[in-house]
Amino acid sequence: MVELVWLIPALPLAGFVVLVVAGRRLGEPAAGWLATLAVSGSFVAALITFAGLASRPAVERFYIQTLFEWIPVGNFSVDVGFLVDPLSMTMTLFVTGIAALIHLYSIGYMHGDADFSRFFVYLNLFVFSMLMLVLGDNLLLTFLGWEGVGACSYLLISFWFTNPANASAGKKAFVTNRVGDFGFMLAMFLLWTTIGSIRYADVLTTASSMAAVTATAVTLLLLVGAAGKSAQLPLFVWLPDAMAGPTPVSALIHAATMVTAGVYLLVRMNPVIAASYDWAPYVIAWVGALTALFAATAAVAQNDIKKVLAYSTISQLGYLFLAVGVGGYVPAIFHMVTHAFFKALLFLGSGSVIHGMHHEQDMRRYGGLYKLLPVTAATFIVGWLAIAGVPPFAGFWSKDEILAVAWNLPGAQGKVLWAIGLVTAILTAFYMSRQVFMTFFGRYRFGEPDAEEIAAGWDAKLAAAEAAASEADGSVEAARAEVETALASRSETEAALVAARAASDEAAAAAAAVPATELEAAQAALDAAGDDRKAKKEAQNRLKELEKPVKDADKAAKAATKAAEAVDKVTVSIGEAEARVEELVGAAASARSLVEQVRAEARAKKPTSSLVPLFSVADSSDVEDFLPAEVEHRRHHTPHESPALMTVPLLVLSIGAIGAGALNLPFASSTKFLEHWLEPSLFGHEVHLGLSGPHKVLLAVVAVLGGLIGILAAAQTYLRGAIRREGIEAPILAKAWGIDGAYAAVAGGPGTQGFEAVAAFDRRVVDGSVMGIGRLVAMVSALVRRAQTGLVRSYALGVTFGVVLLLVLFLTKATY
Amino acid sequence: MQVTDTWYVVLAAVLFTMGAIGLLVRRNPLIMFMCVELMLNAVNLTFVAFAHDLNDLGGQAAVFFVMVVAAAEVVVGLAIVVAVLRRQPAATADDISLLKG
Repeated sequence: MVELVWLIPALPLAGFVVLVVAGRRLGEPAAGWLATLAVSGSFVAALITFAGLASRPAVERFYIQTLFEWIPVGNFSVDVGFLVDPLSMTMTLFVTGIAALIHLYSIGYMHGDADFSRFFVYLNLFVFSMLMLVLGDNLLLTFLGWEGVGACSYLLISFWFTNPANASAGKKAFVTNRVGDFGFMLAMFLLWTTIGSIRYADVLTTASSMAAVTATAVTLLLLVGAAGKSAQLPLFVWLPDAMAGPTPVSALIHAATMVTAGVYLLVRMNPVIAASYDWAPYVIAWVGALTALFAATAAVAQNDIKKVLAYSTISQLGYLFLAVGVGGYVPAIFHMVTHAFFKALLFLGSGSVIHGMHHEQDMRRYGGLYKLLPVTAATFIVGWLAIAGVPPFAGFWSKDEILAVAWNLPGAQGKVLWAIGLVTAILTAFYMSRQVFMTFFGRYRFGEPDAEEIAAGWDAKLAAAEAAASEADGSVEAARAEVETALASRSETEAALVAARAASDEAAAAAAAVPATELEAAQAALDAAGDDRKAKKEAQNRLKELEKPVKDADKAAKAATKAAEAVDKVTVSIGEAEARVEELVGAAASARSLVEQVRAEARAKKPTSSLVPLFSVADSSDVEDFLPAEVEHRRHHTPHESPALMTVPLLVLSIGAIGAGALNLPFASSTKFLEHWLEPSLFGHEVHLGLSGPHKVLLAVVAVLGGLIGILAAAQTYLRGAIRREGIEAPILAKAWGIDGAYAAVAGGPGTQGFEAVAAFDRRVVDGSVMGIGRLVAMVSALVRRAQTGLVRSYALGVTFGVVLLLVLFLTKATY
Repeated sequence: MQVTDTWYVVLAAVLFTMGAIGLLVRRNPLIMFMCVELMLNAVNLTFVAFAHDLNDLGGQAAVFFVMVVAAAEVVVGLAIVVAVLRRQPAATADDISLLKG
């Protein structure tokens, strides 16, 4: 049954190949189901192998299956083969099991994504690489998997690569890991030169005969590699950025499996650690303890739901290093397994929240979600209690063992490490409670505008008032122009009136000048004309002629009257226009005063801090109509529970988060299943607690009390508002003590300059010498070529001279 | 007066010098060719003279080698000269300087 081990990595590889070829054609959701099936098959194969291994007696639980010879070079040979022992089997079981659940969850989470099948291609490749890492029977094969998971991590962090931030986060992860890989490679080279083999079977059995110096060097180089992969100080910077990837990736790669590879490697190489100087393991312990504390402080001030979990992961991995460093390999693996369950659960839960909240990741906009996402909330709370170390959840048992094994270390060092671990535990309980309270409890804040949006609303309101004022100013101007035109037309009409009056006077005078006698005579002539047509006509004409001036005078008088009326009318309209100007000036003044008022109001009410009040509703009534469109969008959005595809994995994982503690209960030797199971892989290097029963109980009580203190403090801060959170969420913590920024500053400033100097050295000195030789040859040949005239006779002359010269030489040297 | 081998050698030296000077001073390719032949045959003469003087047939055998090589050289050389003069009827040796560096 153990012989089936090759199936475990083969199935995800087959899934990967099929999806690469036909993934697009399979489409959604068939590609996802195929990938899930491949990994589930792998899990089943792992179960069968496990059963086979478990059925053997403990001393024979070390099985190597060699598939083929991979790199035969002289006396150096690397096989592709699998090493099945309790340690690799433990890793394989939880990697395949959790990976299968996360694959299932991803079908729901990635629903509707344009690159649905590509996502599962990467996931299957990742699972294959991770299994090669775990199952490889030599360091090089582990390194192959190590690089494979790094490449998949890169591909999946920058999965949505159209966003430049995601793409650069992927690059950052890859480059930071290269730094660690260099340590791994050197360790591998060193082992090869000292032992002559990189097969685990040889390395682990001969490690005890290694010189302490060599073993220490290997240990520290492996620590560099492990610190890169497991995001420990000082190489942790990539993990928070890695949250740019889809949430299932964060859960699978950046919480549960890949990041534990560093710890796995250290545990695997435990005979080498045992062979090194006494202080070497303490370096590992201190790196872990400091990372745990440091990351926990950073997690306290994060607002992004995934960033909190990212720093939490770094912190928990620090615990694992601490455990490895103090010789607690079993607690390390134990906590790795329980952590894989509850951290995957927390990540998937956060993914479910993000999924339901329209990809909003800021916890300040959550609140009160337990009613809307009941399953997610319930499972998340299980994860929270597990990580906070509340008994009987899984995290309590494993974390408590790590603290106990640290305390167990003789001397003050052990007590200090234990204290750091305890403080970290308190902080862990605090930030996880903060996350749960901010997300699931308190007021539902999703529809509320936050401080920045209210500030934007004030800006919009002020801008609107200013626009109204300038519009009013504009209409005043227009009215004034109207008055101007009216005034101009009045002077015009007045001139017309004067002219009309003059014409009327003239016409009246002309009318008066017509003598009445002639009129009467003309009348008489008309009367006398009688039937004589011609005479009548003449008389009529004459009469008309005489009456014309009178009619003209009438007409002129009428025109004058009309002109006078027009003048009156214009005068009235001027009055009206002026009145309108008055009115508009008033309106403009009030618009301006409104601007002033809004400005004053904004000064008084516009929020300056970006802290969202968790306990009082931010007052946005004044700027209701001016809030950004997203607010309206959020108000109309109701968060929804995720589909069953996503909640089922959550439920399964929460069973693990509750019950995984049963793997290694400390009550009696017979309940320490994991310890007995792992024993063959640890070659007796596991430190056994020399503490009495009551001593252990006391330590556990202290740890639980620490967790409760953290939870209570968080409740006081985030549920009741009794403690001000401004002091806790310090900006320096939010920036993780500025380490990332310092790296960026050093790499961007002196670092860049240094490398530019190296580049300049290469250009000037190295390239210069090569190019200089070329140039020298060209210069010399430019001189020498002149000898080649192309004239036959000159060559002949040269030959002649040569002959003469030789002749002279022979003649003078010759002896007769 | 006995004609000794020295005379032949002196004659050969004179002929060789004439050939060499002719090669250097003349520009007509054909004349230059003849000068080369003169030099070759001057050398042949020394071969024969010394062969006689030393009573060694090797020198005379060498003459045949030189003649054969000279004949071959003339074939190639004359072909080149004819080809050049076809293109440039009034060409001198100095006009042909294609190999100028």
